[in-house]
Amino acid sequence: MSSNRLMDDFDAGKPAALARVVSIVENHREGFEQILGDLHPRTGRARRIGLTGPPGAGKSTITALLVKRFREAGLRVGVIAVDPTSPFTGGALLGDRVRMESVALDPGVFIRSMATRGSLGGLAAATREVADVLDAFGFDRLLIETVGVGQSELDVARTADTTALILVPESGDSIQTLKAGVMEVADIFVVNKADRPGADRLRNDVELMLGLRKGVSFGSVPAHHGIDLKRMNPARAAREAAAAPNPAEWTPPVLSTIATKDEGITDFVAALDRHFAYLEQSGKLGARRRERLRERVMDIVEQKIRVRLWKDTATMSRLELQLPSVEEGRATPFAVADQLLRQSGELVRGEEDK
Amino acid sequence: MRPIRVLVAKPGLDGHDRGAKVVAAALRDAGMEVIYTGLHQTPEMIATAAIQEDVDVIGLSILSGAHMTLIPRVQDLVHAQGRDDILITGGGIIPKEDVDTLERRGIGRLFGPGTPTTELIAYIKEWFATREKQEA
Ligand code: B12
Ligand SMILES: Nc1nc2c(ncn2[C@@H]2O[C@H](COP(=O)(O)OP(=O)(O)OP(=O)(O)O)[C@@H](O)[C@H]2O)c(=O)[nH]1
Ligand SMILES: [Mg+2]
Repeated sequence: MSSNRLMDDFDAGKPAALARVVSIVENHREGFEQILGDLHPRTGRARRIGLTGPPGAGKSTITALLVKRFREAGLRVGVIAVDPTSPFTGGALLGDRVRMESVALDPGVFIRSMATRGSLGGLAAATREVADVLDAFGFDRLLIETVGVGQSELDVARTADTTALILVPESGDSIQTLKAGVMEVADIFVVNKADRPGADRLRNDVELMLGLRKGVSFGSVPAHHGIDLKRMNPARAAREAAAAPNPAEWTPPVLSTIATKDEGITDFVAALDRHFAYLEQSGKLGARRRERLRERVMDIVEQKIRVRLWKDTATMSRLELQLPSVEEGRATPFAVADQLLRQSGELVRGEEDK
Repeated sequence: MRPIRVLVAKPGLDGHDRGAKVVAAALRDAGMEVIYTGLHQTPEMIATAAIQEDVDVIGLSILSGAHMTLIPRVQDLVHAQGRDDILITGGGIIPKEDVDTLERRGIGRLFGPGTPTTELIAYIKEWFATREKQEA
């Protein structure tokens, strides 16, 4: 298919063309930069919602329910579901669609599975670019499901406007020890599988943690002013702060759902709307998106430098030549690196390309 | 080289999913990206998933005897979306004369019980390499 014909079909809203463009971008096939460049002015319409959480927490089941709600509201929805690539074989089993069957045939819905292909942040390296493609195609909502994650896979927060962390009662023990990571970037917490014992307790634990975090900023309240019960109960304070409509500050709500019974999803959708309104009114939306663009540009620069330097045979042979003296301790890795960079001026500028 | 993308699907009311799961895992272990959609898929669901996922191969697993209606229906639906470059292959309980009829219709190879998975993998890899060469 010629690339003009492909982009015409894309503009005409044909799913087969969208799927093809996604592949070109995912595989960084020839022409992908041109395509992303052409589509860039059309991005920024879709609200990007990230769903993350441990394996089997119910991310896909909840995604399907959100899709259904958004469709009932007349919105078009794109879904990107990421599963891990085996580091040993390079293969992947992408199984998230199994739970999205109920919305699979809706023409207002487009679901794409992606393998991480070696990326360790919970998403694939190209997930953001694919999200841009779906955004430009005209979806109103993008749902991005990460791989089942631990705590350190935070790419989703750099990709989505709103990040929801899906937990289950069994996550309780790991919460206790959490100080950093995904708990800190989540905008909304969802305790799924609330039909199982321990859900209320987990909810309270998460609220306690959020309250204590907030507490740091209330820390100036002098203790001798007497006992303020609200401050004494950080979990309750967090719950109340999350319920209070305050456009300047966001306290993450902790919701509970039973995805298999479609319970609690209405509250989740409402929380997503509230968070987006907060982002818009506080100016955080613009800030988050600008940050995203900054990172994009920096990523591209790094990628290009890497390719230009290490695919250049002259640079590589200069490096080879220096290795013996590094081995013998006559030169340091830093000195060699500086020398390579000094000699690579034109390469880095990319003047060889033209 | 990019990984081969394969949709492994079980159309119809047939609940025999052991073969589909074995094949999906074997293809994954052979370095392919396998999209598995679960049991009881209609041809419409399979075609929609294949288009959205932009797969190179659709692998159908059918042990119910309904292959003569299900396989051509999937083929017609993906062709209707302009994707006649996708290999449609599969396996299950499919009599020899039906295999021949389907092959004449442009369906790829269909494998029966007991086929070593290495054979399926080799077939798909070879088909893919040939297609890539034609495109280049
Ligand atoms: C195990 C089994 C069951 C299990 C299924 C468990 C499960 N979750 O899968 C249970 C007990 C549930 C079952 C039930 C029934 N079964 Co049964 N079952 C079998 C049996 C003995 C083995 C199937 C199997 O799992 N093989 C192992 C896998 C690995 O092999 P495979 O699926 O054939 O896959 C290989 C190839 O076919 C090929 N392949 C398969 N799929 C794909 C996909 C791709 C992409 C590729 C490339 C290749 C490929 O590669 C695989 C590796 O070699 C077969 C007999 C047989 N010898 O095949 C009967 C058989 C399939 N069953 C049969 C029947 C009739 C039934 C029932 C209707 C019985 C009844 N009256 O209750 C029910 C219906 C169930 C339903 N809901 O559909 C008949 C089907 C007859 C027909 N189609 O003409 C068979 C052939 C038995 C017979 N000789 O009569 N069954
Ligand atoms: N009891 C119970 N089970 C649920 C609930 N929500 C989902 N499940 C089940 O949990 C299992 C995993 O659900 P998925 O939606 O696939 O979870 P996931 O987080 O997408 O899983 P991965 O993508 O593999 O990490 C399925 O068997 C669901 O049916 C719930 O609220 N209660
Ligand atoms: Mg999932």
